[in-house]
Amino acid sequence: MTVKTMAEFMAEGKQPEILFWVGSAGSYDDRAKKITKAFVKILNAANVDFAVLGQEESSTGDVAKRAGNEFLFQMQAVMNIELLNGYEIKKIVTCDPHSYNCIKNEYPSLGGVYEVYHHTQYIKELISSGRLSIDADTYKGKRITFHDPCYLGRANSEYDAPRDILVKTKANLVEMKRHKRTALCCGAGGAQMFKEPEKGDKDVNILRTEDALETKPNIIATGCPYCNTMMTDGVKNKEKEDEIAVLDVAELIANSLDN
Amino acid sequence: MTYLPNILFAIALIVGIGYFAKNVKRLIRNIKLGQSIDASDNKAERWRNVALIAFGQSKMVKRPISGILHVIVYVGFIVINLEVLEIIIDGLFGTHRIALNVLPTEVYGSLIGTFEILACLVLISVIIFWIRRNVLKIARFIKREMKGWPKTDGNLILYFEVVLMTLFLVMNASDIEFQSLNSGNVVSQFIAPWFSSLPESTLHLIERGTWWLHILGILVFLNYLYFSKHLHILLAFPNVFYGSLKPKGQFNNLEAVTKEVKLMMDPDADPFAAPAEDTSEEEPAKFGASDVMDLNRVQLLNAYTCTECGRCTSACPANLTGKKLSPRKIMMDTRDRLEEVGKNIDANGGVFKDDGKQLLGDYITNEELWACTTCNACVEECPVSINPLSIILDMRRYLVMEQSAAPSDLNNMMSNIENNGAPWPYNQMDRLNWADE
Repeated sequence: MTVKTMAEFMAEGKQPEILFWVGSAGSYDDRAKKITKAFVKILNAANVDFAVLGQEESSTGDVAKRAGNEFLFQMQAVMNIELLNGYEIKKIVTCDPHSYNCIKNEYPSLGGVYEVYHHTQYIKELISSGRLSIDADTYKGKRITFHDPCYLGRANSEYDAPRDILVKTKANLVEMKRHKRTALCCGAGGAQMFKEPEKGDKDVNILRTEDALETKPNIIATGCPYCNTMMTDGVKNKEKEDEIAVLDVAELIANSLDN
Repeated sequence: MTYLPNILFAIALIVGIGYFAKNVKRLIRNIKLGQSIDASDNKAERWRNVALIAFGQSKMVKRPISGILHVIVYVGFIVINLEVLEIIIDGLFGTHRIALNVLPTEVYGSLIGTFEILACLVLISVIIFWIRRNVLKIARFIKREMKGWPKTDGNLILYFEVVLMTLFLVMNASDIEFQSLNSGNVVSQFIAPWFSSLPESTLHLIERGTWWLHILGILVFLNYLYFSKHLHILLAFPNVFYGSLKPKGQFNNLEAVTKEVKLMMDPDADPFAAPAEDTSEEEPAKFGASDVMDLNRVQLLNAYTCTECGRCTSACPANLTGKKLSPRKIMMDTRDRLEEVGKNIDANGGVFKDDGKQLLGDYITNEELWACTTCNACVEECPVSINPLSIILDMRRYLVMEQSAAPSDLNNMMSNIENNGAPWPYNQMDRLNWADE
């Protein structure tokens, strides 16, 4: 698939409509790469003129910050901001709620002020402006439960965008007991993704998977690459991977575009 | 001699309020041990929060059972305290139910009637609270950090309220004059018959006795606050006012770090320059927090405000899965350590003498700090805008930046970011490979 970089736009003397911030997971993690590609499919379907930073992109520093390494975070932030400001970036969209939160809320006081969207918010905008239509019946009648990512939901009070677009797939949206502001974390946040959990009687992702299984879903929808990993592992642990798919909202939408 | 009760009353009032004021001063002194923090922005929104969250209890009722019961006790507490105003005037001037001289009987009656109904509702609510804690043993009330004093404290408050409400009702029931008005004795008229066989003089003694115990009880309760989790009845208001207005996901950027990073990234800086002669006496900034003095004043106010309800802990993913971390314990530890530091200062003539202890390690362990997923469930749950997460983060910062004491997996992750701009050991040049796969 052809994806243009900011450097290429620059060389042509053009500005893209949006910058797609792919994020480290979206760039390297095999599962998350599929989400990245699904979102690109959506952007292409809506004829969005977008760019990525490609080899120039670097970790936002979000995970370092939450691990307590403010130095590393600010080093990363300042480097990224220099790059983004150099390209005169105005609008950023990302599939990672952690990058979304970090760039939107923590970059401004370091000199990086942008309009930042989580991909579910951007997809919602594409649909409501008529640029994207979801006509396929791929998920019609399927039971889908949406797991709120902490950094989209509680952290930024965005509970509606992912649900609003999931409804467009004509799926039957079912809520877990803990949802929206009381949603349970998948267990990956705060740098937990990169370390072994402390001693306890259960892993957080297992508990969250049990929450999801209670709704008897066909699909568990996520909006974060880390949540996706955690929930996928949880479903495998429960030996339900043949019955229940864990898919990002972007994938569900990409599979529901007009064929 | 006729003035003796008035004088005794005035002394009780002065001692009661005086000792409380002394402890409030100590409390403010302790909070000021923390770093100053600017919360002067958005006054309007802050007052709005005080109105909705503190006065309006909007977050309390997110859990309907405890929320509604709490609203009853809270409204009862505020409204019945109007009666205390009358008691104080009566006590100082030797009058009896002075408000009857000012208000028409029906108005007075309807006021006292309201108080009596509320007192009854408070009694019922408090008994349900007691059952929830001691019979039903609801999980959040019997967690590890709730053993010993915190448990006793919680029950003592309930006993206090039972006693105060009972005294109020018995006081009204044994007041012959008040009962003969037959206005406002909505509840006490049913208690009055229990005393009907007693001679008038005994009845008068009971009335006086309950009157005195009621007001003395209130003064004791007031002074109990400082030593109890119950301070929230006062501190919830300033605490909500100073609560963060930013999106919950936004963690503060440390200014001290920004300065150093700017210096490092400055292309004009000469890397070989001799360090400037440091003439300032200023200590180098400490990154993160290892003790209460490193926390900011809002965080310390948070600690005093916490009433140990445990809603945070009952929503914490780490705690729910059996890890040691409990956000409530973070707040309780912070307060306990702050009190210890305060007592140390009092004992050493106003200066803190190093006691070889600190919040980190002696109260809060690394294991607790590293179990946090920063999911903000605790922050979301707190009905009075306490933020345990900010303390956890500040202590992680100390562990990582001052002690390089992160778990080894996290050190690997961080060196990956330093070396190749991703938390995994992948080459930055491969960032766009997904497009061709």
